[in-house]
Parts: sequence; C-alpha cells; structure tokens
Amino acid sequence: MDFPFDLLINAIVAGLLLGGFYAAVTAGISISFGMLDIVNIGHPAFIILGSYIAYFFNINYHVDPILTCLILSPVFYLLGTGIYQVYYLSFEKRGQQSLRGLAFFFGVLFVTEVMLLLVFGVDYRYVEASYIGPSIHIGILDLPLRMLVPCVGSLILFGAIQLFISYTFTGRAVLAVSQDQLALQLMAADPIRIKRIAFGISIAVAAMAGAFLIIIQPVEPSVGREYIGRVFAICVLGGLGSMPGTLVAAMLLGVIESITATFYGPSWAPAVSFGVLLLTLAFRPSGLLGR
Amino acid sequence: MTALLSVQNLGKRFGGFVALDDVNLEVKTGERLGLIGPNGSGKSTLVNCICGTLQNEQGSVHFDGQSMDGLAAHERTHRGLARSFQLPRPFVSLSLAENIRIPMLYTVHHRTGTPLHAESISARCSELLQLVGLEKKATHLPRDLTQVEMRKLELARAMAAEPKLLIADEAMAGLSHSEIEDILALLMRLNESGITVILIEHIMTAVMSFSQRLAVLVSGKKIADGKPEDVVRNPDVVRAYLGE
Amino acid sequence: MRMPLFTLIAIVVAIVVFVLLRLPNVEYLFVAGYTIVQYIVLSTAWNILGGYCGYVNFGSAAFFALGAYSTVALATFGTQLDDLVPESVAPFFHLIFPLPLPVLIVIGGVVSGIVGFGTGYLTLRLRGAFFAIATLALSVVLQTLVVNWDFVGGSGGAYVVRPGEFPGLGSYMQYLFLLILGLAVLSLVLARWIERSRLGYGFAAIRDDELAAEASGVPTLRLKLIATTLSGALMGMAGAPFPYYIGYLAPVSAFGLEYAVNSIAMPLIGGTTNWAGPLIGTILLGTLQQVTTVTISSAVNVLLVGVLLIAFVIIAPNGIVGLVQERLQARRRK
Repeated sequence: MDFPFDLLINAIVAGLLLGGFYAAVTAGISISFGMLDIVNIGHPAFIILGSYIAYFFNINYHVDPILTCLILSPVFYLLGTGIYQVYYLSFEKRGQQSLRGLAFFFGVLFVTEVMLLLVFGVDYRYVEASYIGPSIHIGILDLPLRMLVPCVGSLILFGAIQLFISYTFTGRAVLAVSQDQLALQLMAADPIRIKRIAFGISIAVAAMAGAFLIIIQPVEPSVGREYIGRVFAICVLGGLGSMPGTLVAAMLLGVIESITATFYGPSWAPAVSFGVLLLTLAFRPSGLLGR
Repeated sequence: MTALLSVQNLGKRFGGFVALDDVNLEVKTGERLGLIGPNGSGKSTLVNCICGTLQNEQGSVHFDGQSMDGLAAHERTHRGLARSFQLPRPFVSLSLAENIRIPMLYTVHHRTGTPLHAESISARCSELLQLVGLEKKATHLPRDLTQVEMRKLELARAMAAEPKLLIADEAMAGLSHSEIEDILALLMRLNESGITVILIEHIMTAVMSFSQRLAVLVSGKKIADGKPEDVVRNPDVVRAYLGE
Repeated sequence: MRMPLFTLIAIVVAIVVFVLLRLPNVEYLFVAGYTIVQYIVLSTAWNILGGYCGYVNFGSAAFFALGAYSTVALATFGTQLDDLVPESVAPFFHLIFPLPLPVLIVIGGVVSGIVGFGTGYLTLRLRGAFFAIATLALSVVLQTLVVNWDFVGGSGGAYVVRPGEFPGLGSYMQYLFLLILGLAVLSLVLARWIERSRLGYGFAAIRDDELAAEASGVPTLRLKLIATTLSGALMGMAGAPFPYYIGYLAPVSAFGLEYAVNSIAMPLIGGTTNWAGPLIGTILLGTLQQVTTVTISSAVNVLLVGVLLIAFVIIAPNGIVGLVQERLQARRRK
C-alpha cells in the first residue's frame, strides 16, 4: 500500500502553521502563569472575546480583524490591568490565590462564555478578509493563506514579546519578578506594578490571538474551552516561563494534533492536547526545555 | 558519643546557582551546635536538605544511624528531626492550640502507635504554650499574634513533635533581651532533657553562650567548625563578616 | 454534638423530607428535588478535597459521568447478555442482571474512586494548580473517549429505560429520590466526621501550609490521595442513578460544564471549611437555579451562578457560613 506521504507532509505543514498560532495563544499564559504564577484559567475567554470583537467590527464596518485587535490592544491591556488589580487585592494580598484565585478565573471564563452566548448566540461566526480562501501551492504543499497569515502574525507577535522581555527594562523586570520578587523590591521597582503591566500585556496578547483564531476557523462561545487544555499543555510541555520552549512545544502539539486529525479523524482532536498535558504532568512536569 | 546527625559531601544547586558545596557536618547526641554565616550563605538551604523539605543532589544525610536519602520530610520528622521555619509558617485557619496539636497527632501518635487520649493532648498543648508564654492566646488565630509571638509558636510547634534533634532557624530575630534569655533558657532545658539542638542565629551573644561547638557557613561552604572561642578568632571567619 | 446523634438526626430529617414531599402527590417535586439533593452530594464531595484540603477539582463532571456511564455500560451489557456471554454461564448472568441500583451505585463509586486515586497519584506531587488543570484535562479526555465508544451510545447517547413502578413506594422516581437522599445523608455524615477527626486536622494543615504540614509529620501525599479518592468515589456514586433519572444520557449532558461550576460555586458560596457550607450553598443556589430556569431561561441561570461565584469569592471568601460566624464572633466580643 502506498504510504500517503503527501497527506503526511501536508498534515505536518498544517501542524506547523497551527503551531505558530498556538505559540501566540500560549504566549499570554507563558507570561501570566509561567512568570507571574497566576493560574489564569480564564485566559481562553479573552481570546474568544478578541475573536468576537474582531467579528463585530468586521461584519459591521468591514475592518480587518487583525487591525481591529491591534488598534484595540490598549483597551485589552487596560482590561488586563484592571483584572489583575482585583485579583491582587482580593486574593494575592490575602494569600488565598490557590483556591479562590482559581475559582475567580473559572468564574470569569464561565461568565464571559455565557455572556457571549446571550449576545451572539450559538451559531458559528466567521470573518471575511481577502486572504481567507486562497492558498499558495508549492509542489505537493498546500498552504492556505487563512492559516499562513495568522501564523506569520503570531510569530511576529511572539518575537515582539521575546524582544520586550530581553531588551526593555520593564520586560526584564517581569522576568526578575518571576524569579525573585524580594530582590526586585530591593532594586526599587514595584513588583505589583510590574505584575500588573505583565498581566495587562498577557490579556492584550490573548485578544490579538483571538483575531488570528477567527481567521483560521469559525468561532462559537464554547470554543474557548478546547484551548484551556492546549494552552496549558504547551506551557507545561515547553517549560514554564521559557519562551523558546513554548514555541517548540506549540509546534510539536500542532503537528501531533494535525496528524491525529488527518489519520484518525477530528473527533479525537480535543483529547490530544489534554492527553499530552496529562502525560507531561505525570512524567515530565518540568517540560522539555524547562528549568 | 556517636554522631546523631551526619551530613556528608552535601551539594545543592538551583539552576546555575550553587547553594551548598560539599558540606560536611556532624552533630553528636546531646550536643549544642551553633551555625552561623552571612545572609544568603545557605544555612536555611542546609536545614531544608537535612529535613527533607528540599532534596539534595549530592552527598548524603544520616540521622540516628539511618540514611535519610529519598525520605520525605514527614518521615524524617517521624524519626525525630524537627525544625522551626525562619519565616514563621503557622496554620492560619487553626487556633494556636490546634497548631500545636498537628505534630502531636501526626508525629507523636505515629511513634507510639496507640492513639493519644484527648485529655493528654490538651494537657500537653497547654504545657507547650505555657513554656513559650502563649497560653493566654491558646484559642486565638495566628493572625492575632505579633511577629515575635509567631516565632515562639514556630518553636513550640517544632517542640510538639518531641524530636531527638531540634533545629531552631533564627527563632530569636526581633526579640528583646529578656525574651532572648527566655528562649535560650528554654532551649537549654530541652538540651538538658536529652534533645540535641542546632541553633542558627545572627545574635552572637546568644550563639556564643549557648553553643558547645560552632560551625560557619559562607557561600555554601563550611569554612570553620570547632570551639566557639577558636572559631570567632579564625581569620577566615573574621574576613567573611568584616571584609578585608 | 457527637457523631451517632448527628447521624440519627440526619436520617430523621431525610425521612421527614421524603414523607413531606409525598403529601402533595406531585411528581415534579421529586424531579426538581432530585437535582438539588444530587448537588448536595456533589458539592459536599467536592468540598472534601477543595474546601478541607485546598485542592481545586475542575473535573467534577468527569467523576460524575464515570458513575453514570458505568451504569449505562452495565445496563446495556444486561440487555445484550445473550450476545455477549457464552451459553454455559448465561443463566448465572441472567440471575444477577439487571443489577439493582444500590449495587450500581457502589460500582460507580469504585470506578470513580479508582480514577480519582489514579489522577491524584499522577499529579498531586506537583503544585495544586497543576492538579486543578489535570482535572480539567481529565474531563475532556474522558468525554472524548465516551463519545468514541459506541457501546455506550457514542455521541448519539444512550437510552436507559426507567422501570415504571417501585414496589411499595409508587413511582420509580420516588425510589430514585430516596436513594439520592440516602447518598446525601452519607456524604454529610462523612464530611462532618472527617472535619472533627485526626484526618480533618491533617487536611486543614495541608490546606493552610503544606510545607509546614510535612515538617510537622503529616503524610501529605497520602492524605491528599485519600481526599481525592473519597471525593471522586462520592461523585461517582451520585452519578450512578443519573441515567435512570434522565432516561436518555448524552455525553454533552453528562459532562456538562454546569457540574463543574455548580460543585465549585455551591461550597464557595455556602462556606468551605464546614460540612454545612455545601449544604446551605446547594439549597440556596439550587433553588435559585430551578426558579430562574423556569421563569427566565437556562442560559441566564448559568450566568447567575458564575456572577455569584465571582462576587462571593471576592467579597465573602468564607461563604455564608463564614459571614454568620463573623457576626457571632463580633457579638461575642461585645
């Protein structure tokens, strides 16, 4: 029997493209969970929120989804800082972030999903743009633009975050806060302010990822839930707080999911990321490249 | 006297940072050992490795003739190792009496095998709280305590485990002169009743008057170990504290 | 109040509730009441691990559904005996099948308990956050497995025929209600017993400061495993009668997110440090939900739960029980 090589290659390429997108989705969690130790299980809610806002402006004003979220990113940033402030005052300060902090974010995830459901309904929503539809063909490779554009955008976003962390004072302060909060305080930087900025960034990044998401696939409110597993699987697999690790893990997961969907059918897809997560937690919780 | 605690070639790293480097330490039964060193020298890391809160990568810890390798912290406590934490870690939702009760329920109970009677537990709790001067606040929660009182609770809770070896990690920071005297007297009494004590402190007067032997840790290495009067005159020690 | 007296009072209250509900002779009371009592079991079970030990379980639906699907699998097996079992042993199987519900409940409890133990063993050595995420993962993985397993109906779901009558009681629904009521009594009694026992003190120490608990001699991993297993088993037991209650079980309803949210919201709103918290939270929130579902819509009802959860977690972290306790303490000081 002829082994379907071109199917496999295309599955791998699709997986890589998807992986690039997953890296952007996870970048936000890498910051909030990997560096700030905040288990924002509600992260996917902000991704979906970004998707729906992009949808709204696309349907009503024909604005490109990526442009929408780029322009609105300060708004999302402020939303993020606001949420962190509530989280800090209610939980971190009182030392109750483990149980109640988690419940809080779970509630946020839930409420966001239901509100979107009430406003937009259960139907799948999709956006229209000039690059959704056409594909580039290179030999046996089939590169749909609706996946290529978000992938490229995601990698740019990911690179921007990496540069921010490595070369700006605030960025390096975020890294410092993740390693030694006390030392940072002694260096006269306010760790709470740094965390607030970082969390704001993570939410803005999530919304941007939402724009990419609705380009890749149609969206409905409960889609966020699938991403909880993916995002944390990638984060843990890549090693908490390691940006390069996140990229590698995202690509890897994308490829595994793509191959599974191609050869075993899409109904197994949700289990893949969560299964990977369970296996990683059980056997190598420090991740592939973790500290 | 044979060594109750024997630490051999102990090494611990955090990523690229070497916290402990080839540390060797022996404590004889009934001894009073003082452990000093500048901040960040690895004293608390050493305690954590001895007690099992952290696992050392190199070297070994032997207690009471048994290897402690691979044993969880609670198992080491069952065998007679107890410690107080440098930054107090009380059980915040439990009263002081209940805080003291936990080691009794889980360590002493475990050792004797037969369940302790409720009355004897309560009696012992009161006794311990009285020893540290906290009996009036027995039903209070830890959040009602001052910093100083929390340190006393830490010590009382470690004592409740009825250890063979007690490691007191900076239990006296912030105490007044008379309070330091009280704690020292308490530790002395414990030692006289047969409990080996390792005192980790910055307060030199306390360390000098208490210790039979003094060890000095600097940057993860032990640089001196001997009689207190000799150690404080050791040029390496003087250099570590006062600089060149 | 000592435990035997408490147990007696709990049983008596349960019997009184049952008798009172029979008086109006309205079937709907039992149907609505079943859901609320079921949540008493689920939220009390959740609280043993969540409130007492401090480990959040987002996968209540998984353990609940495991119990439900054990029942479906065994019921389906019972109807297809002749095709599945060799002829020589068929008469024996025909004797024991269909399995009586109490047996199914025990089986559901065992299956969920084992899975709870397994999940715990794999992840409890890590931080609490990882355990929470793993439970979420468990829910999705199990749902995917069930959706792809045609024997229990796959994504299409399975029908479980509810017998019409139960001898001596009248409708089968009343029998189901009695069973779930019994489970509620069991879980409340268990929760209270744990609270006051040596085990309960160990759980509290783990919740407050796991590191200090270890240093004090508490075998934290072992206790956490006990909590996870007990919690999972109780949830599985609650799930076992569910297929008979609902008649048609589809994965999307068995694994519904509302199970996860409610079993977290009810104890957090009622109060997590106490056996009475989940009970109070369930009765309040459960009744509220029944009312809003009927009067407004089921989506708004679910929104309400989420909003209340967030509000209580921020404003009243110790729940209603906590608020009451603070009032009493304030009055005592005056």
